Amino acid sequence: MSAVDHAADAHHHEGPEPGLLRWVFTTNHKDIGTLYLLFSLMMFFIGGTMALIIRAELFQPGMQLVDPYFFNEMTTLHGLVMIFGAIMPGFVGLANWQIPMMLGAPDMALPRLNNWSFWLLPFAFTLLLSTLFMPGGGPAGGWTMYPPLMLETGQAFPFIIFAVHLMGMSSILGAINIIATIFNMRAPGMTLMMMPLFIWTWLITAFLLIAAMPVLAGAVTMLLTDQYFGTHFFNAAGGGDPVMYQHIFWFFGHPEVYIMILPAFGIVSQIIPTFARKPLFGYASMVYATASIAFLSFIVWAHHMFTVGMPLAGELFFMYATMLIAVPTGVKVFNWVATMWEGSMTFETPMLFALAFVILFSIGGFSGLMLAIASVDFQYQDGYFVVAHFHYVLVTGAAFAIIAAAYYWLPKWTGNMYDEQLGKLHFWLSVASVNVLYFPQHFVGLAGMPRRIPDYAVQFTEWNMVSTVGGFVFGFSQLIFLWIIIKAIRGGVKADARSWEGAHGMEWEIPSPAPYHSFQTPPDISKVMARGDAHS
Amino acid sequence: MAATHGGYYLPHGSHWPITGSIALFILAVGTASYFQGAGWGPWAMLLGFAILIFMMFGWLGTVISESVAGAYNEQVDRSFRWGMSWFIFSEVMFFAAFFGALYYARVLSVPWLGGVDVETNKLLWDGLSLNWPTAGPGHADFEFEYMPAWPIPTINTILLLTSGVTITIAHHALKAADREKLVKWMWATVGLGATFLMFQAYEFYEAWHHMNLTMHTGVYGSTFFMLTGFHGFHVTIGTIMLIVITLRCMKGHFTPENHFGFEGVAWYWHFVDVVWLGLFIFVYVLI
Repeated sequence: MSAVDHAADAHHHEGPEPGLLRWVFTTNHKDIGTLYLLFSLMMFFIGGTMALIIRAELFQPGMQLVDPYFFNEMTTLHGLVMIFGAIMPGFVGLANWQIPMMLGAPDMALPRLNNWSFWLLPFAFTLLLSTLFMPGGGPAGGWTMYPPLMLETGQAFPFIIFAVHLMGMSSILGAINIIATIFNMRAPGMTLMMMPLFIWTWLITAFLLIAAMPVLAGAVTMLLTDQYFGTHFFNAAGGGDPVMYQHIFWFFGHPEVYIMILPAFGIVSQIIPTFARKPLFGYASMVYATASIAFLSFIVWAHHMFTVGMPLAGELFFMYATMLIAVPTGVKVFNWVATMWEGSMTFETPMLFALAFVILFSIGGFSGLMLAIASVDFQYQDGYFVVAHFHYVLVTGAAFAIIAAAYYWLPKWTGNMYDEQLGKLHFWLSVASVNVLYFPQHFVGLAGMPRRIPDYAVQFTEWNMVSTVGGFVFGFSQLIFLWIIIKAIRGGVKADARSWEGAHGMEWEIPSPAPYHSFQTPPDISKVMARGDAHS
Repeated sequence: MAATHGGYYLPHGSHWPITGSIALFILAVGTASYFQGAGWGPWAMLLGFAILIFMMFGWLGTVISESVAGAYNEQVDRSFRWGMSWFIFSEVMFFAAFFGALYYARVLSVPWLGGVDVETNKLLWDGLSLNWPTAGPGHADFEFEYMPAWPIPTINTILLLTSGVTITIAHHALKAADREKLVKWMWATVGLGATFLMFQAYEFYEAWHHMNLTMHTGVYGSTFFMLTGFHGFHVTIGTIMLIVITLRCMKGHFTPENHFGFEGVAWYWHFVDVVWLGLFIFVYVLI
């Protein structure tokens, strides 16, 4: 085993190794990024199928298609798959592809660890999804896994716990790698305040991951020992408290919410300046706003628990702290709008998705402010208004940002422009149907329709029918997205190094498709800096 | 296999990560099946664990041979440092979850159940008062002894704090290129760690068999064993790491300028030391 010998003949194999095993053994950030993105896409469709089963059952009141337990398995696994399988790996895939290129680095800082971060995920999800076929069925108590209900799960119980452990490991290792890369692999001369905003948001997200995921691991470990080792963490007879689980879980869960949205903020902050042909308005304030949101995310967790019982002072503290998040978020929305002000804008597909993000995410933000008011949350709690709220922030927020990023960087990844007409069709179908899908859920929620229940009172029927129609149109529209990606990989109009006229930053300085190792030697960033656009 | 590209170091493909994933998968399936009563569960656990050990030898062996061959530059060294620091931080947060459970039980749930929250007390265990340490209101007549801070936990505190000193003396010896002194103080550190573990094992035995203090002993037993147990597990890992590093010291792998492997383990050792101080105060002293 001599590293030195290999160093000598390194330039003989600059490209990928031949054969399929390349994907298993790879330490290349682009290969691993591709694996993450394809995994995310697959989970997006699996989780989406579960959502369509839910919507199909809810088309009418009464029981039609599935039995109630299976319905509950679907709501639970839909949540787990979409959060841990689709959104988070989607962002990590983007980080893998983009962070080294945007920093002017050759690869991630710890390439072998990077491989492991990805290859834990298929095993974790094999464990998780196999629970559907086990005696007693899969998890059905909601993705939050609250005891004591969670402890009633059948054979599947320990498999779910270990699946969560593996997902957590994957996230923590990935986050460690991202921080090490950002701190250590920047091109010479690139200071922290020159970094593109996508890098900044991911840096802060990685801190959140490392601080939050181990707490989730601790929470599910306590569930495991309560079940098998006789501990009494969540059992009042032993002096514990089921509500304690909720506190520990949401101490993870609320930062998790920002883990799924901060990278989206970063993506939108890359795309809007490109298509407005203006530098990002208020770069420094964007950085500070992101950091403020991250800090606040650790002191607001109990707003998920207003109705479980808490001292009045607790209700008030968590209410005001939550509302405070609107301030830095407002700074961001203001900056995006100000970036577009008097810009010479064009509306290619990535920009369309980014604009839809700004508007629709803001709607999700406003309903979030409504939910933050402790006194009225007693009405909204566990109803469809909450469902509508978090789908506006996660689908038209996080997922739309991932889709926007895919369109924005596909030319750089594949070397080919995607089909713009199909892209626009995908956008308009998605943006119309997603509102048909989720907006009515505000109405039924305010009228009192509870979530996670397969049947409902007849007065909610019309809006549920509308919602289901929107859901199916939205779901099947995503097949267009799949086709566009396949088409772009297979060929198309060749993309320039700078694929978008207004695009600036290190990733646009190298050819499209990007070479296997982006930067072999530390690049000279002075010409990028001289244009003053390193971070636009 | 590795290569330096221009100024950068880049490893080529590695089969160790996927080996690790397969090991953890087998370990998880084996453990979960064992919990559900499958007879083959322990064998699968054993297999998964064996593959995991094999993977660690292989992966770390590759890294060590690359390091010894001089394939790493300062940038790689810094990446390792960031990696290890944030890994330790993630471990801190894992312990934070269990400390959080301890504080919650002591400050909120036990007092609430014991009458501070009048409604809860009235509804669930009317008139019952509770004091820490407790096996819980449902087991009010459960007899057990709590674990006092003296003698074993105090001795263990002294042992761990001393080991923090001995490893620092070893580090200074390494910087002064005095290998004999280095190895001597490293073995002293290993010995202190191992002695800690023996005392801890004795404490667990006494608790379980003579004090009726087990994991079933309500929320006190739960937090006691989970916190000290996970800490003991980390000391075990740390001691194994110390042994490996000491053997590497004896082989002359480290130079006064270049010895991140040593420092990483030293950081980890200080981390288990600091966690122990938290345990000593909140689990043993402030009973």
